[in-house]
Amino acid sequence: MAHISWFDRHDADDEPVLGGKNTSLGLLTSAGLPVPPGFAVTASAYRTVFASTGVEDSLTRLLADLDPSDPASVAAAGHRARELILAIDLPPWLLDPLAEAYAQLGEHCSTKDVPVAVRSSATCEDQPDASFAGEHDTFLWVRGAEAVGAHVLRCWSSLFTDRAISYRWRMHYAEAGAAMSVGVQQMVLPKAAGVAFTLNPHNGDRSQIAIDASWGLGEAVVSGSVTPDNFLVDKVMGTITRRIISTKTIEHRLDGDRVVEAEVDQDRRDIPCITDDEVRAVAGLARRAEKHFGCPQDVEWAIDPLITGEDKVVLLQSRPETVWSRKPRTTAANSSDMFRSMVDTLLDANRGREAAPG
Amino acid sequence: MADRFPSPFEMGTPAGAEGWQDLYAYSSIFSEDRREYEDSMFWFQDGVHTPEVVPPWDATILEYALIALSQYNTRHYVIPPARGVDVRILNGYMYLSPVGVSDPAEIESRVPEFMERAGYYFQNWDKLYAAWLPKVRALIDELEAVSFEPLPNREDMAVITEGRGVGSGFELVASYNRLLELVLKLWNYHFEFLNLGYAAYLDFFGFCKGLFPNIPDQAIAKMVAGVHVDLFQPDDELKKLAVLAIRLGVDEQVEHGTVDEVLARLDANHDGRTWVTAWEEAKQPWFNFSAGSGFYHSDKVWLENLEIPLGFIRNYIAKARRGESLERPMAAVSTERDRIVAEYTELIGNDEDRGTFEAKLGLARTVFPYVENHNFYVEHWGHSIIWRKMRDLGGLFVKEGFFADADDIFLLQRNEVPAAIFDMYHSWAVGIPARGPAYWPKEIDRRKGILDVLRGWSAPPALGKPPEVITEPFTIMLWGITSDSVEQWLGGAQEDGGLTGFAASPGIAEGPARVIFSADGISELRDGEILVAPLTAPSWAPVFGKIAATVTDVGGIMSHAAIVCREYGLPAVTGTAFGTKTVKTGQRLRVDGNTGKVTVLD
Repeated sequence: MAHISWFDRHDADDEPVLGGKNTSLGLLTSAGLPVPPGFAVTASAYRTVFASTGVEDSLTRLLADLDPSDPASVAAAGHRARELILAIDLPPWLLDPLAEAYAQLGEHCSTKDVPVAVRSSATCEDQPDASFAGEHDTFLWVRGAEAVGAHVLRCWSSLFTDRAISYRWRMHYAEAGAAMSVGVQQMVLPKAAGVAFTLNPHNGDRSQIAIDASWGLGEAVVSGSVTPDNFLVDKVMGTITRRIISTKTIEHRLDGDRVVEAEVDQDRRDIPCITDDEVRAVAGLARRAEKHFGCPQDVEWAIDPLITGEDKVVLLQSRPETVWSRKPRTTAANSSDMFRSMVDTLLDANRGREAAPG
Repeated sequence: MADRFPSPFEMGTPAGAEGWQDLYAYSSIFSEDRREYEDSMFWFQDGVHTPEVVPPWDATILEYALIALSQYNTRHYVIPPARGVDVRILNGYMYLSPVGVSDPAEIESRVPEFMERAGYYFQNWDKLYAAWLPKVRALIDELEAVSFEPLPNREDMAVITEGRGVGSGFELVASYNRLLELVLKLWNYHFEFLNLGYAAYLDFFGFCKGLFPNIPDQAIAKMVAGVHVDLFQPDDELKKLAVLAIRLGVDEQVEHGTVDEVLARLDANHDGRTWVTAWEEAKQPWFNFSAGSGFYHSDKVWLENLEIPLGFIRNYIAKARRGESLERPMAAVSTERDRIVAEYTELIGNDEDRGTFEAKLGLARTVFPYVENHNFYVEHWGHSIIWRKMRDLGGLFVKEGFFADADDIFLLQRNEVPAAIFDMYHSWAVGIPARGPAYWPKEIDRRKGILDVLRGWSAPPALGKPPEVITEPFTIMLWGITSDSVEQWLGGAQEDGGLTGFAASPGIAEGPARVIFSADGISELRDGEILVAPLTAPSWAPVFGKIAATVTDVGGIMSHAAIVCREYGLPAVTGTAFGTKTVKTGQRLRVDGNTGKVTVLD
């Protein structure tokens, strides 16, 4: 089993060792959607390292004694597990291909020591669809092969944060089946970023794309630390059917050689962080992702002025929308009885004119 | 915010307009006799058809239109939740009131009748609609055949030798009666299909909003809209004439001088004569086209004001020379319509809804050609003849010294005209002076004075108590009166001078405003300006090629401005109520046809 898997050479057979996030990046890339280039360090690398260094046995013993209902016990075991992992010396059979892949990425991006985002992408053998959304760590603006290796360890260790352990326990996922794949992806420095749903999350309207957008990196929107601008775009007409501009106080941006959370300048707080054309470009990409996967999607996107290519918009993630997609759609009773429905429509004729809910 | 508009009984008469009530039918005036009923109703000013003071005879048309609309709702098809639309005139302005059926049991009891009656029309639509056009064409021929001849000194010998038994006085009386009868018939025909067409459209509209709560209104309109529409034909004819002039190389000869000069110049050469022949062919019927709503005798008809179409042709020639295409992109419109339908269909979650959607769309498309096309035949062609014939009759009165001008006839109520005809007939028959020449000139002066005062009165957009829900299809579709617009009127214009209305045609545009109150002003429009008008008329079509966006005071998503702007791909916000009152020419506006918002930028 390969230890390195490039997004642009996605192989469906690797999906069990890529985790949800890296699988989606591979699928988006191979579908021709704009995704920053990168590769995954697969979960097989994780497993092989853990087995060959003895960390696996130590972890098994450590977790066997764990009382998952006792926060103090979880915290102690978690702390010890993370120490064990961070102390690993990565073996050359992994370190060398990793350094080589990183160098290739740098060549591809024409940047030596290209800044990358190092992202956790957990897998769970008995739960292939487990999303683990937001359960594990992501590291931004990592430069140099050595630093990338160190951050792979940090992603691995984030499989044993207190909340990740508790999450698996709550969801009844087997500890032994959990493993971590790690994505290494060219870092974008967006002027604005956010999320998009390919339906209106307030009313399930599948003709709409809802976009949340804020200044800087998408972390502020994803974590909810900022009230984003909100747009609703009609998929078919491309018209922006709703536009709410919020006061955006916080942004994640690069300061020197690290990403910081900072206050947004006064003069940018209350203006839209993306133009109407950019709103439509984001909606267009989200729609393409939805069409590719064949079901409503929840995507992360970013607009980086330095990106070459269409509209400067890239996708950083796409996963199936789960709330409305599982609800059966209900329409008005009698709607197929033409006369009955005409009478109801006339009685309720103002319905269409009032601002639709959501 | 107030919860009701002023009562019609609180509205005083402007000084100098006393006695205005006598200019209109007694049954169309607010009165103490029906105060309790009238005060309980909601009345909105009909800015779509009659934004200005209505001359006495002109009121006939809207009264006949509404009686026909109402009778089809109440007596023909038994629309379950709606009766007719009542009409009153206040200080010369027409106010309408949709009359609903409020008792749920009564609505329910009307459903079987509606199903039987409307159902028959829906099921036999193609057959019945095929009969409509010949019927209305025959009616137009009958209207054209009405003639008002001067009373001769002696009856023709033929009257004697053929033993006709009736003379010219009788024919005069009969011709006027016939004209009125035909006007009423024209409006009966007008509503034979329209109510049902709107009901089917609204049903599809409501279903789409149920499936996709945030779907833009204009998306629904685009799915239903026809590609070829008779109402656009007059404009298309002008484009064709512009292209022909260039092709024949006579464009420079068309470009300057009066209509007569141009035609004389062209008549002198072969290619010119070819163009004149095409021009003459286009006239009938397509120049029976009103520059206004068609509801005023003063609306200019192309046929009688040939400088209007000629001016538009000149604009088109200039445009074509700059290399701009004049063609409406029919194929693109059609492809786009198919794409929109296919994509929404794909987004529907289950087969049952998809089937219902397709059935409703099918019905809406079956009924919609009528909705789009009838207007040319009735409001333009039919009305053009009616006004012309009435002017012929007015001319007879001018000859006999009753009036100074043929148009003075429009200052008489429809039921006063027979009295004046009788006076003229009587004086002719007996051989004595008529009273008319002493009576009418001063009466007409008095009436003109009253109407002038009334024109200066600012008519409130609505009167009385707004209903909880409006169920009358026309009120929503055509007049664009909804709970939202009513609320907006109650709230008055926004403090920042911004406006909201219907998102009638998508897109966003910025530019300087040009406030235009009538067809006479449209020549002032410059490229890139935003047209702000009480409403627009089909004959304004040529200006839509140069403006950046449209804002109107009145009208819904099926109003003329909405239809044409979608056709031309221009943003439009309709039914803003206060557009022409708030915006000044030259102010920069941002018109958002996606959200229905108009912002004043400076």
